[in-house]
Amino acid sequence: MMPTKTYADGEVAVNDEGFFTDPSQWTEEMAPQIASAEGIPELTDRHWQVIKFMRHEYETKGTGPTVRALGKTSGVSVKELYQLFPKGPAKVAAKIAGIPKPRGCI
Amino acid sequence: MTAKIEKVSIIISKGSLEGIYPGLIMANGARAEGMEANLFFTFFGLDAIHKVRHEHIKLATVGNPGLHLATWAGGLPGISSVMTHYLGRKMDQLDIPPIPEFIEMIADTGAGLYGCKASADLFGLTKADLIDQVKDIITVGEFYNLAAGGQIIFT
Repeated sequence: MMPTKTYADGEVAVNDEGFFTDPSQWTEEMAPQIASAEGIPELTDRHWQVIKFMRHEYETKGTGPTVRALGKTSGVSVKELYQLFPKGPAKVAAKIAGIPKPRGCI
Repeated sequence: MTAKIEKVSIIISKGSLEGIYPGLIMANGARAEGMEANLFFTFFGLDAIHKVRHEHIKLATVGNPGLHLATWAGGLPGISSVMTHYLGRKMDQLDIPPIPEFIEMIADTGAGLYGCKASADLFGLTKADLIDQVKDIITVGEFYNLAAGGQIIFT
Protein backbone atom coordinates (compact mmCIF):
# COMPACT_ATOMS: atom_id res chain seq x y z
CA MET A 1 0.00 0.00 0.00
CA MET A 2 1.53 3.24 -1.16
CA PRO A 3 1.42 6.05 1.42
CA THR A 4 -0.47 9.19 0.52
CA LYS A 5 -0.61 12.73 1.89
CA THR A 6 -3.17 15.44 1.54
CA TYR A 7 -1.95 18.89 0.62
CA ALA A 8 -4.17 21.83 -0.35
CA ASP A 9 -7.17 19.48 -0.55
CA GLY A 10 -5.41 17.15 -2.99
CA GLU A 11 -4.38 13.59 -2.21
CA VAL A 12 -0.91 12.76 -3.53
CA ALA A 13 1.22 9.60 -3.60
CA VAL A 14 4.50 9.80 -1.66
CA ASN A 15 7.27 7.37 -0.76
CA ASP A 16 8.13 6.40 2.81
CA GLU A 17 10.36 9.50 3.16
CA GLY A 18 7.52 11.75 2.03
CA PHE A 19 8.81 12.56 -1.48
CA PHE A 20 6.24 12.74 -4.30
CA THR A 21 6.28 9.63 -6.45
CA ASP A 22 4.29 11.41 -9.17
CA PRO A 23 5.58 15.00 -9.55
CA SER A 24 2.68 15.85 -11.88
CA GLN A 25 0.35 15.74 -8.85
CA TRP A 26 2.15 18.76 -7.36
CA THR A 27 0.71 22.28 -7.43
CA GLU A 28 2.23 25.50 -6.12
CA GLU A 29 -0.59 25.75 -3.58
CA MET A 30 0.74 22.61 -1.87
CA ALA A 31 4.23 24.01 -1.25
CA PRO A 32 3.55 26.11 1.89
CA GLN A 33 1.96 23.15 3.66
CA ILE A 34 4.84 20.77 2.80
CA ALA A 35 7.32 23.45 3.88
CA SER A 36 5.57 23.98 7.17
CA ALA A 37 5.76 20.23 7.89
CA GLU A 38 9.52 20.50 7.18
CA GLY A 39 9.92 23.27 9.74
CA ILE A 40 9.83 26.22 7.33
CA PRO A 41 6.96 28.43 8.52
CA GLU A 42 7.00 30.87 5.60
CA LEU A 43 8.20 30.59 2.01
CA THR A 44 9.99 33.76 0.91
CA ASP A 45 10.85 34.81 -2.65
CA ARG A 46 14.30 33.28 -2.13
CA HIS A 47 12.74 29.93 -1.16
CA TRP A 48 10.58 30.12 -4.28
CA GLN A 49 13.56 30.85 -6.47
CA VAL A 50 15.09 27.55 -5.32
CA ILE A 51 11.81 25.60 -5.50
CA LYS A 52 11.10 26.77 -9.05
CA PHE A 53 14.68 26.01 -10.04
CA MET A 54 14.30 22.47 -8.64
CA ARG A 55 11.12 21.94 -10.68
CA HIS A 56 12.78 23.29 -13.80
CA GLU A 57 15.86 21.07 -13.39
CA TYR A 58 13.69 18.03 -12.80
CA GLU A 59 11.54 18.76 -15.81
CA THR A 60 14.53 19.25 -18.11
CA LYS A 61 16.95 16.66 -16.72
CA GLY A 62 14.75 14.08 -15.03
CA THR A 63 16.50 14.52 -11.69
CA GLY A 64 16.86 17.27 -9.10
CA PRO A 65 20.22 19.02 -8.61
CA THR A 66 22.62 18.40 -5.72
CA VAL A 67 23.51 21.19 -3.26
CA ARG A 68 26.71 21.93 -5.17
CA ALA A 69 24.85 22.21 -8.47
CA LEU A 70 22.22 24.40 -6.78
CA GLY A 71 24.93 26.68 -5.38
CA LYS A 72 26.53 27.04 -8.80
CA THR A 73 23.44 27.51 -10.93
CA SER A 74 20.34 28.55 -8.96
CA GLY A 75 21.53 32.07 -8.16
CA VAL A 76 21.48 31.27 -4.43
CA SER A 77 24.83 30.59 -2.68
CA VAL A 78 25.52 27.43 -0.67
CA LYS A 79 25.61 29.50 2.50
CA GLU A 80 22.19 31.04 1.84
CA LEU A 81 20.76 27.70 0.70
CA TYR A 82 21.50 26.28 4.15
CA GLN A 83 19.97 29.36 5.80
CA LEU A 84 16.80 28.90 3.75
CA PHE A 85 16.65 25.10 4.15
CA PRO A 86 18.60 24.22 7.33
CA LYS A 87 17.66 20.52 7.16
CA GLY A 88 19.39 20.08 3.78
CA PRO A 89 18.69 22.34 0.78
CA ALA A 90 18.55 19.81 -2.07
CA LYS A 91 16.59 17.29 -0.03
CA VAL A 92 14.06 19.64 1.57
CA ALA A 93 13.59 21.84 -1.51
CA ALA A 94 12.99 18.70 -3.59
CA LYS A 95 10.31 17.59 -1.17
CA ILE A 96 8.62 21.00 -1.19
CA ALA A 97 8.89 21.11 -5.00
CA GLY A 98 7.20 17.70 -5.27
CA ILE A 99 10.07 15.96 -7.04
CA PRO A 100 12.07 12.83 -6.06
CA LYS A 101 15.04 13.15 -3.74
CA PRO A 102 18.23 13.96 -5.71
CA ARG A 103 20.68 11.06 -5.53
CA GLY A 104 24.11 12.73 -6.03
CA CYS A 105 26.90 12.18 -3.49
CA ILE A 106 28.47 15.63 -3.67
CA MET B 1 13.27 4.90 8.95
CA THR B 2 13.16 4.75 12.73
CA ALA B 3 16.81 5.31 13.75
CA LYS B 4 18.33 8.50 12.42
CA ILE B 5 21.85 9.92 12.75
CA GLU B 6 21.59 13.54 13.88
CA LYS B 7 25.23 14.48 14.22
CA VAL B 8 28.65 13.33 12.98
CA SER B 9 32.21 14.31 13.85
CA ILE B 10 34.68 13.23 11.20
CA ILE B 11 38.41 12.95 11.81
CA ILE B 12 40.73 13.33 8.81
CA SER B 13 44.18 12.03 9.73
CA LYS B 14 45.91 11.54 6.37
CA GLY B 15 47.41 14.05 3.98
CA SER B 16 47.03 12.18 0.70
CA LEU B 17 44.30 12.84 -1.83
CA GLU B 18 42.68 9.46 -1.21
CA GLY B 19 43.02 10.01 2.53
CA ILE B 20 41.23 13.38 2.49
CA TYR B 21 38.34 13.07 0.00
CA PRO B 22 36.31 10.36 1.77
CA GLY B 23 36.01 12.40 4.98
CA LEU B 24 35.07 15.52 3.00
CA ILE B 25 32.41 13.66 1.05
CA MET B 26 30.97 12.22 4.26
CA ALA B 27 30.89 15.62 5.97
CA ASN B 28 29.28 17.32 2.99
CA GLY B 29 26.78 14.47 2.64
CA ALA B 30 25.90 14.68 6.32
CA ARG B 31 25.06 18.39 5.99
CA ALA B 32 23.07 17.70 2.82
CA GLU B 33 20.95 15.27 4.88
CA GLY B 34 20.42 17.93 7.51
CA MET B 35 22.80 16.44 10.09
CA GLU B 36 25.13 18.53 12.19
CA ALA B 37 28.75 17.92 11.09
CA ASN B 38 32.19 18.74 12.42
CA LEU B 39 35.54 18.03 10.78
CA PHE B 40 38.67 17.53 12.87
CA PHE B 41 41.98 17.59 10.99
CA THR B 42 44.83 15.80 12.71
CA PHE B 43 48.41 14.82 11.84
CA PHE B 44 49.04 15.00 8.08
CA GLY B 45 45.33 15.63 7.61
CA LEU B 46 46.18 19.22 8.63
CA ASP B 47 47.54 19.70 5.10
CA ALA B 48 43.92 19.72 3.88
CA ILE B 49 43.33 23.02 5.70
CA HIS B 50 46.85 24.45 5.33
CA LYS B 51 46.72 27.73 3.36
CA VAL B 52 49.56 26.78 1.02
CA ARG B 53 49.61 23.00 1.08
CA HIS B 54 45.92 22.33 0.47
CA GLU B 55 46.35 23.41 -3.15
CA HIS B 56 48.91 20.65 -3.68
CA ILE B 57 47.42 17.50 -2.19
CA LYS B 58 48.71 14.44 -4.05
CA LEU B 59 47.63 10.89 -4.58
CA ALA B 60 49.94 8.39 -2.85
CA THR B 61 51.53 6.29 -5.59
CA VAL B 62 54.02 4.42 -3.37
CA GLY B 63 52.67 1.53 -1.34
CA ASN B 64 49.18 1.89 -2.81
CA PRO B 65 48.16 -1.46 -4.31
CA GLY B 66 44.77 -0.02 -5.26
CA LEU B 67 46.43 1.82 -8.15
CA HIS B 68 47.45 -1.50 -9.76
CA LEU B 69 50.81 -0.09 -10.75
CA ALA B 70 54.06 -2.06 -10.54
CA THR B 71 55.66 -1.27 -7.17
CA TRP B 72 58.78 0.25 -8.76
CA ALA B 73 56.67 2.46 -11.08
CA GLY B 74 54.94 4.20 -8.15
CA GLY B 75 58.27 5.73 -7.09
CA LEU B 76 59.26 7.18 -10.45
CA PRO B 77 59.87 10.94 -10.34
CA GLY B 78 56.71 12.89 -11.13
CA ILE B 79 54.38 9.89 -11.16
CA SER B 80 52.38 11.15 -8.18
CA SER B 81 51.76 14.47 -9.94
CA VAL B 82 50.77 12.76 -13.17
CA MET B 83 48.34 10.40 -11.43
CA THR B 84 46.92 13.25 -9.32
CA HIS B 85 46.36 15.31 -12.46
CA TYR B 86 44.70 12.39 -14.21
CA LEU B 87 42.38 11.70 -11.29
CA GLY B 88 41.62 15.42 -10.95
CA ARG B 89 40.40 15.51 -14.55
CA LYS B 90 38.14 12.52 -13.99
CA MET B 91 36.75 14.09 -10.82
CA ASP B 92 36.09 17.33 -12.65
CA GLN B 93 34.04 15.43 -15.24
CA LEU B 94 31.94 14.04 -12.39
CA ASP B 95 31.62 17.53 -10.89
CA ILE B 96 33.63 16.60 -7.79
CA PRO B 97 35.30 19.86 -6.70
CA PRO B 98 39.06 20.21 -6.04
CA ILE B 99 39.98 20.03 -2.33
CA PRO B 100 40.26 23.82 -1.64
CA GLU B 101 36.89 24.52 -3.26
CA PHE B 102 35.28 21.51 -1.59
CA ILE B 103 36.46 22.57 1.88
CA GLU B 104 35.21 26.12 1.31
CA MET B 105 31.83 24.72 0.28
CA ILE B 106 31.69 22.45 3.35
CA ALA B 107 32.38 25.47 5.59
CA ASP B 108 29.54 27.28 3.78
CA THR B 109 27.17 24.41 4.60
CA GLY B 110 27.69 25.29 8.26
CA ALA B 111 29.97 22.37 9.17
CA GLY B 112 32.64 23.21 11.75
CA LEU B 113 36.31 22.91 10.73
CA TYR B 114 38.88 22.35 13.48
CA GLY B 115 42.63 21.67 13.64
CA CYS B 116 44.21 19.33 16.16
CA LYS B 117 46.37 21.09 18.75
CA ALA B 118 48.87 18.25 19.28
CA SER B 119 49.52 18.03 15.53
CA ALA B 120 49.70 21.81 15.06
CA ASP B 121 52.28 21.96 17.89
CA LEU B 122 54.21 19.06 16.38
CA PHE B 123 54.45 20.70 12.96
CA GLY B 124 54.90 24.22 14.32
CA LEU B 125 51.64 25.49 12.81
CA THR B 126 49.38 28.23 14.15
CA LYS B 127 45.86 29.31 13.19
CA ALA B 128 47.44 31.85 10.80
CA ASP B 129 48.86 28.97 8.73
CA LEU B 130 45.40 27.49 8.26
CA ILE B 131 42.62 28.64 5.95
CA ASP B 132 40.24 31.29 7.30
CA GLN B 133 37.30 28.88 7.47
CA VAL B 134 38.98 26.97 10.33
CA LYS B 135 37.13 27.89 13.51
CA ASP B 136 39.84 26.95 15.97
CA ILE B 137 42.73 24.70 16.89
CA ILE B 138 41.41 22.45 19.66
CA THR B 139 42.59 19.72 22.02
CA VAL B 140 41.40 16.16 21.86
CA GLY B 141 39.29 16.79 24.96
CA GLU B 142 37.58 19.73 23.31
CA PHE B 143 36.98 17.58 20.25
CA TYR B 144 35.20 14.96 22.35
CA ASN B 145 33.06 17.69 23.89
CA LEU B 146 32.11 18.90 20.41
CA ALA B 147 31.38 15.36 19.29
CA ALA B 148 29.21 14.54 22.29
CA GLY B 149 25.86 13.06 21.42
CA GLY B 150 26.84 12.15 17.86
CA GLN B 151 28.79 9.61 15.84
CA ILE B 152 32.58 9.80 15.46
CA ILE B 153 34.10 8.68 12.15
CA PHE B 154 37.86 8.24 11.83
CA THR B 155 39.43 8.40 8.38
